[in-house]
Amino acid sequence: MSGEGGRAGAELELAARVIGIVRELAGRSAEAEVNVRHDAEALTRFANSTIHQNVASAVTGVRLRLHADGRTAGGSTTVTSADGLRTLVERTLAAVRVSPVDRSWPGLAPPAPLRLSAGHPGSGERSGLAFGFDEATARADPAERAERVGDFVRAAGGLETAGYCRTVYVSAAFANSAGQAVEGRTAEAAMDGIARCEGADGVARLAAARLADLDGAVLGARAAAKARAARGPVELPPGHYEVVLEPDAVRDVLENLAVFGFDGKAHHQQQSFAELGREQFDPSVTIVDEPLGSREEPAADLPFDDEGTPRRSLVLVREGVTTAVTHDRTSAALAGAEPTGHASPVSRSWGPKATHLRLEAAAVPGAAPGAGGTGVIADSARPLVAGVRRGLLITDFWYTRVLDPKALVITGLTRNGVWLVEDGEVTSAVSNVRFTQSYPRALGPGRVLGIGAETVLLPESWGRARYAAPALHLAEWNVTGNASG
Amino acid sequence: MTHFDEAGAAVQAALDAGARYADARVMVRRSETMSARDGDVEDLGFDESAGLGVRALVGSGWGFYAVPDLAEGSARAAGRRAAQIAAASAAVPGLPADLVPAGPITASWASDCVIDPLGVPLSDKGDLLVRATEAAKAEGADVAEANYAVWDTRKWFVSSEGHRIEQHIRECGAGVTAIAIGDGEVQRRSWPSHRGQFGTRGWELVEEIDLVGNAPRMAQEARALLTAPLCPSGETTLVLGGEQLALQIHESVGHAIELDRILGWEAAFAGTSWLDLSRLGSLRYGSELMNITIDPTFPGALGSFGFDDEGTPAVKRHAVRDGLWVGVLAGRDSAAIAGLDYAGSVRSDGWSRLPMVRMTNVGLEPGPHTLDEIIAATGDGVFMDVNRSWSIDDRRLNFQFGCEIGYEIKNGKLGRMLRNPTYTGIGPRFWQSMDMLSNETIAWGTPNCGKGQPGQIGHTGHPAAPARFTNVRVGVRG
Repeated sequence: MSGEGGRAGAELELAARVIGIVRELAGRSAEAEVNVRHDAEALTRFANSTIHQNVASAVTGVRLRLHADGRTAGGSTTVTSADGLRTLVERTLAAVRVSPVDRSWPGLAPPAPLRLSAGHPGSGERSGLAFGFDEATARADPAERAERVGDFVRAAGGLETAGYCRTVYVSAAFANSAGQAVEGRTAEAAMDGIARCEGADGVARLAAARLADLDGAVLGARAAAKARAARGPVELPPGHYEVVLEPDAVRDVLENLAVFGFDGKAHHQQQSFAELGREQFDPSVTIVDEPLGSREEPAADLPFDDEGTPRRSLVLVREGVTTAVTHDRTSAALAGAEPTGHASPVSRSWGPKATHLRLEAAAVPGAAPGAGGTGVIADSARPLVAGVRRGLLITDFWYTRVLDPKALVITGLTRNGVWLVEDGEVTSAVSNVRFTQSYPRALGPGRVLGIGAETVLLPESWGRARYAAPALHLAEWNVTGNASG
Repeated sequence: MTHFDEAGAAVQAALDAGARYADARVMVRRSETMSARDGDVEDLGFDESAGLGVRALVGSGWGFYAVPDLAEGSARAAGRRAAQIAAASAAVPGLPADLVPAGPITASWASDCVIDPLGVPLSDKGDLLVRATEAAKAEGADVAEANYAVWDTRKWFVSSEGHRIEQHIRECGAGVTAIAIGDGEVQRRSWPSHRGQFGTRGWELVEEIDLVGNAPRMAQEARALLTAPLCPSGETTLVLGGEQLALQIHESVGHAIELDRILGWEAAFAGTSWLDLSRLGSLRYGSELMNITIDPTFPGALGSFGFDDEGTPAVKRHAVRDGLWVGVLAGRDSAAIAGLDYAGSVRSDGWSRLPMVRMTNVGLEPGPHTLDEIIAATGDGVFMDVNRSWSIDDRRLNFQFGCEIGYEIKNGKLGRMLRNPTYTGIGPRFWQSMDMLSNETIAWGTPNCGKGQPGQIGHTGHPAAPARFTNVRVGVRG
């Protein structure tokens, strides 16, 4: 099983013990915040259609941030014995005493109740500890992950496959010396795989709150269908193309908007494109950060951030108008705003980032979150493709990097399937292209020609963020290179 | 105090549970980071991480399990657990797994360190960052940032083949960045590198790079970039500074020669490689000036060690010799599958992560020229340095890089400053166009190389010097 947590409340007790040691060693005037996180991750990785890496870990870590006499320092440890905790406090206190004065310390989060989402099965309607939590996922064993991998491999019908199936269980608590004390736990599963055929790759990925919702056979069949359809690509010249981005590519757009655009620190320093109250996107665009889960984003994260601020749903763009940016306590104090529950261990330096963005799907009665379907074209993208006169259908983006942070001009490549669409029909596979494109400009007023009717919940390829993305039909995408250069 | 006993207990438990090979590493890492902005320390943190990771091979299936608890009972449980996970891998089996032979080794190794970075008073380190950012602000930076990082890692490695290896590796580095904000434009200049310079050295590295002395020039250049002309678009002769060339090597050579990528093990995420093993020894990678080595013995470089995380001793070998591809970064299992007889490039990002094929120090051997000679020999071209953005396809062929600063080159001299310089190309075509290479080598450190699932951060080194490339497309814009 991936979940090896101890009894309920263990992390909160540990946090309280650290607060107690701080009071003993630094007195009651010291401000302290403590995060305790038990993180059990298991990931079964496959390549060349065989399981080649199969790992699990169960780690409890304690992080302390201490502010005393106007100075701040932080520390963390995985040594949670009595000696280990005392050493953590002593070391952090010693660092505080020799640190320069911290003029931007925002103070501690005041005691505040958690916001528990409601309205979807398994959500935290009863208590914080029942928050959107699937016990079976937390306790999944290697055989259950291997079974899904086997299903994926078999469904690919003999094509070479690669990817992973993972389960994650997190039990965490936060306490500070101002009296805030909260706890929660979460479980998550994800599968991400490709099938390969004559030099062409096809992908299928999905995140879920329950491992039971991941069907390796469905994902493997979809990846294989896309790989087969991507064979024999033609090369297209650089230029501006009308595009339909499938949910995987839209995920990349959301991630870059979150990291470089909606970051409250970058916004305050005028390094972001975001301008509150201004219509910067097409009126069809509404973007929400949804850490507590929802019908469309059915995998809730912890209900509090690393400063103990209760997380909540935050509308960043409503009908094209930028309405909010994300804040931790430091960036909020600088901007004269309220913290939005986006503190992380690195947010003071790197800025607070949204990690659960959802681009609202087009309003179609009866549409629900999807898994992407099993065909060459994602279910969410099919109606949009029908409206393309001549353009590209793009599955996925890869290695996207910022050239101009203010305009959010990004270069990157396509991956895992590109097709030419003519008069609403896919006419040929296309080899991967390089693009150089301002993301906010691509989604600007009048440039969004359509949004898919269902969102697909997708895992981040590197970390634990999740994005709920529909397909997107855009008037123009700037292709600046191809396989030849 | 050593932790060989706990590592040995984990290995024995894995063997008792059915493994035919097992290894375990106990790692204790202390790290310290500080950042300052605009004259204030913004963040100061210490981290201590201690635990054990055990790897077991059952049949042809691998399993890995990691725990932070160093008690012997926990170590034994972790060993059993790794074997259970390995057994589950058999549900989707592959080819028989083997390891290239390695004899038993008992050894101890420590990196060179003149000034212990963790022994330098925090107040001194804080003053350094504060003064560097103040110096940049005084010269017109709208935002000035500085940071340092220190890692102090002790490892105890035991394998079922008789390895007992202890290592103590100290790494550190620092940097300063000046940011100028204009109307719809943000420009940055960083010293000495876009994330700072890092090495397997003591605090003497940070003292040598003189953050405070160089910060004012960074601010002046960032400010000047706001009104500098755009880098022209077209095909031209490109001269790259050593810092940018280090990242070019990292992305378009280092990752491409990783054997796990070549074998398809990273196909779904990091990607594969354009290199085909059947052409190892005969494929022309670049011009005859191109000599790339894999050298974990390079003194003080960020990818240096005594033994990799499979216990293979550090050895220097060529990856590209006189432009021909001749070597790869390999591990004991990947090398066995590829029919090679060497490993030595397997590393893990801490005790809780599976060791995997990683770069060590992958760099260019020095050339015959100097940067001044290269500029003087260039009639018309562009000089670029210090990375700002990087992007490359999943086979490591099609790349596009952006740099912080550029200059036009006219008639053998540097001319006007150019803003937003970018260049793009196809790896082997680009390397084959290298016609001048400097001998002014610096081993640049990259402390943020991402790979693997779950994600791992690698520390790699890249000896590099300025070089010239012909017929390169520059000035790609959105």
